[in-house]
Amino acid sequence: MGPLVLVAVAVLAPAIVAGVLRALVRTVVLLALAIAISVVVINVLFFPAGEQVLFRIGPITATAEGLAFALEVVARIVAISGAITLFYLTTTPAELTIDLERRGVPPRLAFVASSSVQTVPTMVDRAVAITAAQRARGLDTEGSIGARLRGIVPIVGPVILGAIGEVEKRTMALEARGFSRPGRRTLLWHPADSPLQRLARWLMVLAIPVFVLARAAGWLG
Amino acid sequence: MLTVNGLSYRHAGALRPSLLDVDLVLGDGEVLGVIGANDSGKTTLCLVLAGLAPRIVGGTLSGRLSIDGVDAGSLRMHDLPALVGIGFDDPATQLSGVAATVFEEVAFGPANLGVPRDELIDRTANALEALAISHLAERDPARLSGGQQQLVAIASILALRPRHVVLDEPTAQLDPSGTALVGDALERLAGQGVSILVVEHKTDLLARIASRVVALDGGRVVLEGPAKEVLADPALVDLGVAPPSDVRLRRALVTALLDPTQLEGARA
Repeated sequence: MGPLVLVAVAVLAPAIVAGVLRALVRTVVLLALAIAISVVVINVLFFPAGEQVLFRIGPITATAEGLAFALEVVARIVAISGAITLFYLTTTPAELTIDLERRGVPPRLAFVASSSVQTVPTMVDRAVAITAAQRARGLDTEGSIGARLRGIVPIVGPVILGAIGEVEKRTMALEARGFSRPGRRTLLWHPADSPLQRLARWLMVLAIPVFVLARAAGWLG
Repeated sequence: MLTVNGLSYRHAGALRPSLLDVDLVLGDGEVLGVIGANDSGKTTLCLVLAGLAPRIVGGTLSGRLSIDGVDAGSLRMHDLPALVGIGFDDPATQLSGVAATVFEEVAFGPANLGVPRDELIDRTANALEALAISHLAERDPARLSGGQQQLVAIASILALRPRHVVLDEPTAQLDPSGTALVGDALERLAGQGVSILVVEHKTDLLARIASRVVALDGGRVVLEGPAKEVLADPALVDLGVAPPSDVRLRRALVTALLDPTQLEGARA
């Protein structure tokens, strides 16, 4: 029950406010569905301490305790993937960099944090381009599972090698624009930070010891 | 003024040097064109002039590079962007990767240099205006076409307001109107006293904006002189460089007049 409340309060409610609920649900389903199905199947059918039988298939017994445990694990997975997705959907790399720097984080660390977020769409674009190029040269990416698996190597290899090869060029480009200069950078703008946002942040920080204590006291089950 | 004396450079692990005994002088307000076939050392020359080779890419350098009379070796890497701005042929790898808009992307360099905020905004707006891309200011730089990204990359260099600019095929992905815009911007820069070295395969552009041209072959300077003379040199074709269209037209006309049958063929 705890993780579900957390999902509702800390993920779904902010997603509704930010207007990204639909994108959030779609992304979380894509991220968590396969893991959730495997968690439910394995725990419902093979939970060792289950007593309350739901149904039997030959030697396999599905139990209510296994189902309850599986749902709790799925709720946790949804909470984690939902929180990460919400962050990704509502925070641009530029906002992240500027806000981290504003709070005194060294520009290099702020750059690493934000460029990690930016890397995902760049890698996806690169993979799409390489897949198209390899298919134009006869690579089978739509046949049997075996053919698809064989097709992964000619795509993943160039994607990774290309990204590594780009590092030197990107390093040079950053150095040529004064990235390694010590001292503070000029911030072009400040991300919006309303009193409500500040209050929400402090509440989240305060919630951490509250939840830890509640958990230790057994109030969260 | 940028001065290069007896410059040789070998990339780490390379069998032969990419630059061999190069001497160059790039005066204030001058546009120097650099031409040559692939693998002739043009890009390496750009990296050395901007201080990126050997500091960032490794390799061994001999000879002397001085920037406004100061030995480049005595300068720190982060001092160089305000002195020598460099643009590469692939604009996608020049994007910072952290800017949400073109305006932020162009402001990235001067922001790193700690330029005051009002001046930062002024420099960025002027750089965008110089390349006629102010309308792209709020666009995501990662979602622009290659040509637009190239203009953004050049604007990013202009915003640094360096005393010297080194450009490696800045119009590689540009159409004729984009190429003309870059040419106009470089002419204006040169008019402000900025020295510009531009590597180009588009010799028509060099014929328009460069006062001098050097040709590289195998890492050596093999031709050097006023742009008009070098670009009309018959040896250019052997170096793998297409002469400007007016030179080719003149040659075609001369050949046709000497051999009227070719003129008949051209008419047909």
